[in-house]
Amino acid sequence: MAERTAVIGVGQTHHRAKREDVSIAGLVREAAVRALEDAGMGWSDIDAVVIGKAPDMFEGVVMPELYLAPALGAVGKPMIRVHTAGSVGGSTALVAAHLVASGTHERVLTVAFEKQSDSDAMWALSIPQPFSAPLLAGAGGYFAPIIRAYMRRSGAPDHIGIVVAVKDRKQALLNPYAHLHIEDISYEMVRDSIMLWDPVRYLETCPSSDGAAAMVLASERVAEGSSSPHPPAWIHGMAMRSEPTMFAGRDQVNPKAGQECAADVYAQAGITDPRAEIDVAEVYVPFSWYEPMWLENLGFCPEGEGWKLTDAGATALDGGDIPWNCSGGVLSTNPIGASGMLRFLEAALQVRGQAGAHQVETVRRALGQAYGGGSQFFAMWVLGADKP
Amino acid sequence: MAPRRPVAVVSFAQSHSVRREEEHNDVEMLQPVIVDVFQKVGLTKDDMGFVCSGSCDYLVGAPFSFVAALDAVGAWPPMRESHVEMDGAFALYEAWTQLQEDDIDTALVYSFGRSSMSELGRVLTLQLDPYYLAPLWPDPVALAALQAQALIDTGRYGEADFAAVASRSRRQARSNPHAQVTGDHSVEELMADDYVVAPLRRHTLPPITDGATAVILAAGDRARELCERPAWITGMDHRIETHALGARDLTTSSTTRQAAAAAGLLDGEGEGAAVEVAELHAPFAHQELILRDALGLADTVAVNPSGGALAANGVMVAGLVRIGEAASRIMDGTATTALAHATSGPCLQQNLVCALAAEPAGAGRG
Repeated sequence: MAERTAVIGVGQTHHRAKREDVSIAGLVREAAVRALEDAGMGWSDIDAVVIGKAPDMFEGVVMPELYLAPALGAVGKPMIRVHTAGSVGGSTALVAAHLVASGTHERVLTVAFEKQSDSDAMWALSIPQPFSAPLLAGAGGYFAPIIRAYMRRSGAPDHIGIVVAVKDRKQALLNPYAHLHIEDISYEMVRDSIMLWDPVRYLETCPSSDGAAAMVLASERVAEGSSSPHPPAWIHGMAMRSEPTMFAGRDQVNPKAGQECAADVYAQAGITDPRAEIDVAEVYVPFSWYEPMWLENLGFCPEGEGWKLTDAGATALDGGDIPWNCSGGVLSTNPIGASGMLRFLEAALQVRGQAGAHQVETVRRALGQAYGGGSQFFAMWVLGADKP
Repeated sequence: MAPRRPVAVVSFAQSHSVRREEEHNDVEMLQPVIVDVFQKVGLTKDDMGFVCSGSCDYLVGAPFSFVAALDAVGAWPPMRESHVEMDGAFALYEAWTQLQEDDIDTALVYSFGRSSMSELGRVLTLQLDPYYLAPLWPDPVALAALQAQALIDTGRYGEADFAAVASRSRRQARSNPHAQVTGDHSVEELMADDYVVAPLRRHTLPPITDGATAVILAAGDRARELCERPAWITGMDHRIETHALGARDLTTSSTTRQAAAAAGLLDGEGEGAAVEVAELHAPFAHQELILRDALGLADTVAVNPSGGALAANGVMVAGLVRIGEAASRIMDGTATTALAHATSGPCLQQNLVCALAAEPAGAGRG
């Protein structure tokens, strides 16, 4: 039987296009120190460190956890480095959670980061491999045709992506850590921005950020004795699923791995109607159209209906019944390796009542989701205010 | 730590270790190994509760090298899966901890690496502190040479001791059909080698290896069903040291000792527990001596009967192979207790120790 596990400390950096004021070590430490302070802990209280980031090419450092061990107080402790593509921030939190759930450790620090200004992420993602289909110009070139397939299938009107982009950027104005703060964001501004990968416009695309996220995960015993001013966010369900990038008949619009991952998490959490039972969700939406697509994949509505929820404002913090990405989401902050953990972390902030201006009233349960690769790696958790 | 639930290695497979795998890509190199590890226990990937792998993007110079590797497993329907940018031994650790939770009974662990795709020395130099150390371009051989010289300076060992390790490794590797470097060379012959970087001569260096490996773990009765003599993991732990070489005592391995203690391999007096076989991931000959001392191994312990990392050193692979080889000595009945060690980073920075036995810890549980 797995041990009950909770988030008892949360920290993140201020995310920017270039954090030239800090080294990589300084960046991860900024997030980790904040998580430890929130947990009311010091470095010596931590049993193990689990760190994640996306491809090492982004900073040009091979297995940077080796160099980061002392900066993260890991000397003399177990340290694990996770890499599962874009979902890695979520997967890293889950590997850390399993170290507690399995009874291996009681206090685990988990950190994820990317310092994308050290390279050009788009081209780092586009290195051609022999006998493999090219990613073309970065992730947008890969995902645009899938979005077009969604539009054709669902009959979604052209403006849905713009609605998502405006909503998430407005919500980012309420999050002091967010990278993009576009004060005068408007429908017209997004609509008139340059088309990058049809149908994805410049302002419907995630930025490239420097940033880090960190959490302290703890056993029931430690969580209940925690000196943190904020209550624990208990893990009600967690899962990962993967499937291959391409094969004949694979549905990349509504991937089975995502559906099964959600089904597993909901079963653990006892959720049968996610729209009714989840109060707030932080979902990995790097290109605007992924909000309606993931609404369907995550079972918030029937297939083909996701865009209608978005269009009706159901996912907005202001007036929606299922606020998605109140933090501004990946569309407003995208240090790739940390982007998934930020989703998981924002779910914890909401459950613990720490989200400030973007806090949703009365959160009993929150969903964090991350995906990666060619929509093939999924990581999710549901956190709750009540001990499961 | 000691496990809450008995988990064992029940199957192990590996590719031949070669200097340059030119005919097959990563997936094609890995796929026969995956088939082999399943066939040995009559399972398929659909029987796996969890899959975890280890690899390094930089070896092939492209992001997401592990993504295509899913094709070697055939990840459909979707599977519960994760990946570490570490040696496969650490993937096995992750799988082992998840098996403690009781909701799954089996796990596949695999790793692969084709070092021939890049200049390995340059790739590994990029592991170093990117601000203060990597710009000086000290390659792994130069750093290991500093460690070896420091060891000589303690008066504990000399160059002939390094040669003796290499001589024994190559001789033992002759009975390992997967080994890359084998031979019957006396210490005197080896000492005639030129220095690569003093005090390291050619024979004290690991080969550059392409290869892949896979292990299946199973818990409790499932392990007993699948394998006549499961190799039970009675304890496992790993620890990391600071990256700053100047702040470390390179002539000892404090974290190997820490991990061994946590894995139950040191007795109350700090002496090494009595194991019959030890597979040590010592890429450089002198590192085997450091590890033996850290683990307190008696002279009677059979060290690296496979030939060890001096016979084949697949990056991301060699650590998991050590666990597989040590487990195989138990599964084939030649040993009842064994230990395996894996390392990562320059000069043994990070170390994992795994204790294996023919009987589970606290036999009778599970």
